[in-house]
Amino acid sequence: MARDSAGATTLAGSQRIAVAGNPNSGKTSVFNQLSGLRQKVGNYPGVTVEKREALLAGADIVLLDLPGTYSLSARSPDEEIARDVLLGRVEGTPRPDAVLLVIDACNLERNLYLASQVLEFGTPVVIACNMMDTAQRHCVAPDCEVLSKELGVPVIPTVASEGRGIAELRRALEHVESVRPIRRPWRLPQPFEDAIDTVAGAMEASGEVPPPAVRAGAMLWIIDYLSGEAAGRRSADRFLDRLSTEHADVLRQAAKAVADGVDDPACVAIEQRYAWISQVAGRATRQARERSASERQRVSTTDRIDRVLTHRVGGVLVFAGVMFVLFLSIFSWAEPLMGFIETGETALAGWVGSLLLVGPLRSLLVDGVIKGVGAVIVFFPQICILFLFLSILEDSGYMARAAFIMDRLMSRVGLHGKSFIPLLSCYACAIPGILATRTIEHRRDRLTTIMVAPFMSCSARLPVYIIVIAATFGDRTWMKAGVMFGMYALGTVTAMVMALLFKKTLFAGPRPTFIMELPPYHMPQVTAVARAMWDRSKLFLTSAGTTIFAVCVVIWAMSYFPRLSEADLSPTSKAAISKLRPGDTQARQNIIEGERLRRSYLGRLGRLIEPAIRPLGFDWRIGTGVLSSFFAREVFVGTMGITFAVGEADETSQDLREQLAGATWPDGRTVLTPLVGVGLMVFYVLACQCISTLAVVRKETGSWRWPALMFGYMGVLAYVASFAVYQVGNWLGWG
Amino acid sequence: MSKTLTNLAPGQSGRITHVGGVAEIRNRLLEMGLTLGTRVALVRVAPLGDPVELEVRGYRLSMRKSEAATVSIES
Repeated sequence: MARDSAGATTLAGSQRIAVAGNPNSGKTSVFNQLSGLRQKVGNYPGVTVEKREALLAGADIVLLDLPGTYSLSARSPDEEIARDVLLGRVEGTPRPDAVLLVIDACNLERNLYLASQVLEFGTPVVIACNMMDTAQRHCVAPDCEVLSKELGVPVIPTVASEGRGIAELRRALEHVESVRPIRRPWRLPQPFEDAIDTVAGAMEASGEVPPPAVRAGAMLWIIDYLSGEAAGRRSADRFLDRLSTEHADVLRQAAKAVADGVDDPACVAIEQRYAWISQVAGRATRQARERSASERQRVSTTDRIDRVLTHRVGGVLVFAGVMFVLFLSIFSWAEPLMGFIETGETALAGWVGSLLLVGPLRSLLVDGVIKGVGAVIVFFPQICILFLFLSILEDSGYMARAAFIMDRLMSRVGLHGKSFIPLLSCYACAIPGILATRTIEHRRDRLTTIMVAPFMSCSARLPVYIIVIAATFGDRTWMKAGVMFGMYALGTVTAMVMALLFKKTLFAGPRPTFIMELPPYHMPQVTAVARAMWDRSKLFLTSAGTTIFAVCVVIWAMSYFPRLSEADLSPTSKAAISKLRPGDTQARQNIIEGERLRRSYLGRLGRLIEPAIRPLGFDWRIGTGVLSSFFAREVFVGTMGITFAVGEADETSQDLREQLAGATWPDGRTVLTPLVGVGLMVFYVLACQCISTLAVVRKETGSWRWPALMFGYMGVLAYVASFAVYQVGNWLGWG
Repeated sequence: MSKTLTNLAPGQSGRITHVGGVAEIRNRLLEMGLTLGTRVALVRVAPLGDPVELEVRGYRLSMRKSEAATVSIES
């Protein structure tokens, strides 16, 4: 398992308070209100569960935002981290001195499930009863004083989105250490209670569990051990490994006694807990229910919206519309910004170039560093817009509806409704798409989605398609559009087929579950959306940006060295130069640079692999382009510009188009026939030529295995498909 | 054959008598509040026919019909 160094470091403060709560309880809102703007975001060691810390504004207290969970069972990494943090079992994260529990006032019973589990840990707790305004308007608002008496902890009514109740919450948090939550008031069958006593004793003696939490820890452990769930059992076994043989035996025997004496202990525990919760919730809402029995019958706003947004016809239309606007915005709104960045890059390169003499340093700065940084930030506007959209969709509650609408389609290929938006994002760039898979709970579903994500034609492939189509299909507009569409379709269909294959083989397992809360809609909050967008965009710059930059410098070095002097030019080049009009320095320079690239390490490598790519119809020049773009596709066009000696080029370059179209084999046959062009594009659709995607996959999966497999299988697929296109095409006489 | 959640039409509700299925799904459903005796209403079916939206303990939960079929109810 990889260790993320960022996860080990922690903010310092005299007191640490963990913030726990259900997803959609407004926990993040409360956290943001308490902490202000400065937050520290990282990952817990070995897992991609986000660790977010901040100082309580104006106090010496560190707030730690736990992942939003429904329970503390060990069913998902989020739940396990939340539990382990509360038990002080996570490396680099000291056990919190207190817990701030955020509960949704509208959804009291289910929120009290997690709350009651946290209370049992014996740590001082303050509860923020959030979204009180909605509760008063649409549901039954609980009486916070009654709740406070029932649970033995302060319960502060809040409306975090408007900052209401935050000051009171702060005051309560400053005096939290004196709070003593009630002990578990409900009972389990006697054999279970006896076993909890035994296990708690052994846990306390082992020193592995903090004393106030031993009884809660004992119950959770017994349930995990006996629940029949694979993840729970693994977690329980891992705990046993930490104990001495003697203590471990005590635990095993106690668990056996429960299994023998109680029918279905996991179920019994949940039922008993809910039975008590129903009573507490009933007492806390009695007055409100009497007061507003008639009022509550009104249809809520969410229901009115959902009548349209999840309607059989309207819902699908709106969904298609939202996706269309998403795409339009990525490609059209980002366009001016991207143009602006490119202009700036060219100007900067020109300016730096004018300051320095021709030589390796100038070339490194202009062709390596500036181009490298440019290649990263030119995608930044698209990434920001995409993340802006995703954050709005998430914050408003529409994301859950999108999954609800698309689940049926996605389940056909063994995926989850939640896979849809991440895969769609991949049409812009695979990196935000892969980061967006974090919302998929099950690892198998998440890995499948990640493994097929790079097949979706990202915007970096677009320049390649444009130049190749222009060079091979000339002026046949309909044909060109058809081929372009075909490439997008090929990627999409391959992704679906591969997803199905993965689910049948590598990630075979029980049908993925789809149990998802549909939270009420609410107005997205500007600060929350902006923060979510910025945090994720920053992740792109730090994890992908640095890699793309490094690769650009390496590719530059491979194409620059060994540097050929003009005296060493081949007779062919010299002859070509002598035929030029005197004074045509640009053409002369292009010929020299062309030969330099051909004889550079990159060019040599291109010629070395020519026998391997010849069955695909590629010559060494295309090979060099493919090689140089193995780590970032967008480099292809630039390399082609140098290889075909037209100097600086982009995908709209007329010169490059003509050069590509006119390129011939030594025997005079055209290299880039329409068939080879299609084969080349098929290669670009299928191959994973993106080092940043691989870097992000490594980070998200915690191992090099997955990116290695991704690179390998996609490369083989690309080669085979491209081979088939060329060979079958030739055989059919389309060459 | 006892009735399950999938037998409900939109707007109808029932009381849970049994939750079956594999442990992972069953325990999750229980934890989400689908315990014995709880009243569950079917709110609507997704546009493409699956999954379904339920109301339980005052909130909205969606699940596939295959999961809803593991929850037995009486009216």
